[in-house]
Amino acid sequence: MATESVKYVAPETKPKTLLDVFRRPDQHVTGIRDWLTTIDHKKIGLLYGLVALCSLIFGGMQALLIRSQLWAPNQELLTPREYNQMFTMHGTIMVFLVIMPLSAAFFNFVMPLQIGARDVAFPRLNALSLWCFVAGAIILNLSWFFTGGAPAIGWFAYSPLTDVRFEEVARDLGPDFWVFGIQVLGLASLLASFNFIATLINMRAPGMTMMRMPVFCWMTLVVSFLIILAFPAITIALVELMFDRNYGTNFYDFLEGGKPHLWQHLFWIFGHPEVYILILPAMGIVSEVVPTFSRKPLFGYGLVIFSGAIIGFMGFAVWSHHMFTTGMGIVATSAFSMLTMLIAIPTGVKIFNWIGTMWGGKIRFDTPMLFALGFITMFMVGGFTGIMHSSVPIDMQQQDTYFVVAHFHYVLIGGALFGLFCGFYFWLPKMTGRMLDEKMGKIVFTLMFIGFNTTFFPMHYLGMIGQPRRTHSYNAGNGFEMWNQIATVGAFILGIGILLGVIQFMRSFRDKSLKPAGKNPWDARSLEWTLSSPVKEYNFARTPIVKARDQAWENNYGPRELHSEKEPLDHHGVHMPDHSWYPLFTAIGFLVLVIGMLFHSSLGADGEIIRNYTVPIIGGIIAITSMIMWSLEGPGGYHLFPEEDEE
Amino acid sequence: MSEAAAAHADEHHEPYTSTGIPTKKVLMWAFLGSDCMFFGTLISTHLIYRKISATVGTNYLDIRDIFDIELTSFSTFILLASSLFMALAVSAIHKGNLNSTRWMLFGTIIFGGIFLACQVYEFTHFAYAPGNELTLSSYRGEPHVFGSTFFVLTGTHGTHVAIGVFWLLGWLAYSFTGKMSTADAMDIECCGLYWHFVDIVWIIIFPVVYLMEYAL
Repeated sequence: MATESVKYVAPETKPKTLLDVFRRPDQHVTGIRDWLTTIDHKKIGLLYGLVALCSLIFGGMQALLIRSQLWAPNQELLTPREYNQMFTMHGTIMVFLVIMPLSAAFFNFVMPLQIGARDVAFPRLNALSLWCFVAGAIILNLSWFFTGGAPAIGWFAYSPLTDVRFEEVARDLGPDFWVFGIQVLGLASLLASFNFIATLINMRAPGMTMMRMPVFCWMTLVVSFLIILAFPAITIALVELMFDRNYGTNFYDFLEGGKPHLWQHLFWIFGHPEVYILILPAMGIVSEVVPTFSRKPLFGYGLVIFSGAIIGFMGFAVWSHHMFTTGMGIVATSAFSMLTMLIAIPTGVKIFNWIGTMWGGKIRFDTPMLFALGFITMFMVGGFTGIMHSSVPIDMQQQDTYFVVAHFHYVLIGGALFGLFCGFYFWLPKMTGRMLDEKMGKIVFTLMFIGFNTTFFPMHYLGMIGQPRRTHSYNAGNGFEMWNQIATVGAFILGIGILLGVIQFMRSFRDKSLKPAGKNPWDARSLEWTLSSPVKEYNFARTPIVKARDQAWENNYGPRELHSEKEPLDHHGVHMPDHSWYPLFTAIGFLVLVIGMLFHSSLGADGEIIRNYTVPIIGGIIAITSMIMWSLEGPGGYHLFPEEDEE
Repeated sequence: MSEAAAAHADEHHEPYTSTGIPTKKVLMWAFLGSDCMFFGTLISTHLIYRKISATVGTNYLDIRDIFDIELTSFSTFILLASSLFMALAVSAIHKGNLNSTRWMLFGTIIFGGIFLACQVYEFTHFAYAPGNELTLSSYRGEPHVFGSTFFVLTGTHGTHVAIGVFWLLGWLAYSFTGKMSTADAMDIECCGLYWHFVDIVWIIIFPVVYLMEYAL
């Protein structure tokens, strides 16, 4: 980022402690050290996005292998075990390493700008979230290279699939990698969410009341609360599973008094809010994009936010609709069925509000708007099949068929991924300073839209006629062949579309031939569009004083009294915190700890388990030492004195 | 921005926040809310298994044969008392009384340590009680779930106490560097919030896991 015109002021001298072994990078650090030690929310957001897009390609390739295996009846492209590993890793990667971090990328990059903040509340903690996420991604994907290969337990890991006594491969490490990988990823999500909550509650610019916040910020807040309340359930479930696998406890061991059913409850108490964790950020993005491209304010702003909060709240009360066939009894089943039907109401409210926003607007069909429209239509299809599933008899009929696969892919690709791509096409000009090629964007949208529907719409029918999901192959003569081939062709079209999109995003950071974006290329409505593209490292030279919702729009078109003002230049300048190594080192400590725990036990000559905790202890020491030094180094920092109009 | 807030921004250690609440405190409250769900999950697991796992095979478990309720009552009292020291430590640092802060932190650490020692004694006593062994996986040598839920739940709580003790030890050590001042009051208050929370969790665990076995 250009800092030539910014007057440099030497950093304040700070006392060096004895523990200050590693030199702390100052503001002139460049290249790889800059990215490894960065605590700038914008760079952290970009790193989240980079890792997530790479994971998207990787998880997508696994999906294509699955579809290729299903091209014809009784193919042997993949063995049954490899097939199970593919759909396990595909699901886990897409949920934890693609949709969640892509959402986190936008939370990080956009949210502080939208509320007029200098950064998130705890920048170094934010960096720790990022590196924990990377560590978790490494752990999860390392599983391919060790005993048993990747986990073959499904992303749901139902007990007793995870029981050590039923393993196909002796001492299968796959489930252990899965358990520890999800733990570390959960830690990353929890830390990030605490940070976002503190930021949204406490770091808003003057005048930015809660009911003036953009809907995207509201959805960030709701999702953060969902994460901090839902992830503990899976964390404890995983701790119990870890104890079961490593120390012989009996939580899920039905042979010794445990109940596998408990795992399903704990998993879905997390798992259902997780569905909303995945979809609400996309809803937030679409709520920003639709008003911008309809040139109207969002219809029913308060109602959209309230619906989002209600969805989040009710998301905790519907988990058992994933378990209608487990025999919970009539009362529980009816109650969860009813609550599931109720949750369709706030979701429908949002859809009607987006339609109401477009109604009578001057709609421009640029790529972000196309993706937003794709989101609304396809999310509706996924929503309708979801309402069908809330009815118990229908759900029992469709349980474990391809109908369910069609349903949740309509919600998660047609919904979440289209929403996130919409976000990329909308905000990348703000991140890179360059417009994306519209023609290419429309090609990507067309390929994705056609490919997606070709893949997943036939699956509704396949499910209705009884093709089971999570099954390695199928016999000829059941009428499955043609639709499976159509789905496979569609999957490759979708894959090409996504690949072209990702390449376009990555190239836009380098390609100098693209048109410069300027401050507000879309004539959009929120505060980040009052800043230059790409955004300067200090965000706002002077903190804005917010006077209205849709502040950027009001500044351009609104009455004089609604134009935002700016705080006077602080004689201290803009305070910038120093870079830090310790978030990275702490995450490396966690990584070593986990790798050590994965390999801590071995079988002795007489069949006895030998435990060696040297490596985990080393990892723990690295992590704790880093945290102590982190707390001793302090925020540090330096001051910048930007000129008034260099935002 | 009002003049009062502008004046605020000049004092370096009290930066402007939208709510007026220090941001660290907001973070701590969010964490404690999340931690409630951690313990909620563990306590539910224990309660779900408590009755249905009482008999597995021929092995009827009456946990009262193993529990040492007098010892646990004592350690409960000690943990509750430690919260008083913690509150006094927070109060002292707010007033800038460094010496008193130091002693109160020391008292909290000692009482937390006594609680942990009682728990270590209890765990080893349960695991090695001749003829009555309760381990993670078994009771009297046969598979059982009570040990799993009991040790993992109380062990997680014990881990929280241990983290709190190390955190307080960190502050105690820091108080001897000569850098401690009222500017650190907010950090010690966050530490106190954590300590009180861990204490409150024990106030739930003690009746639900221990006392209930004598009543129901």
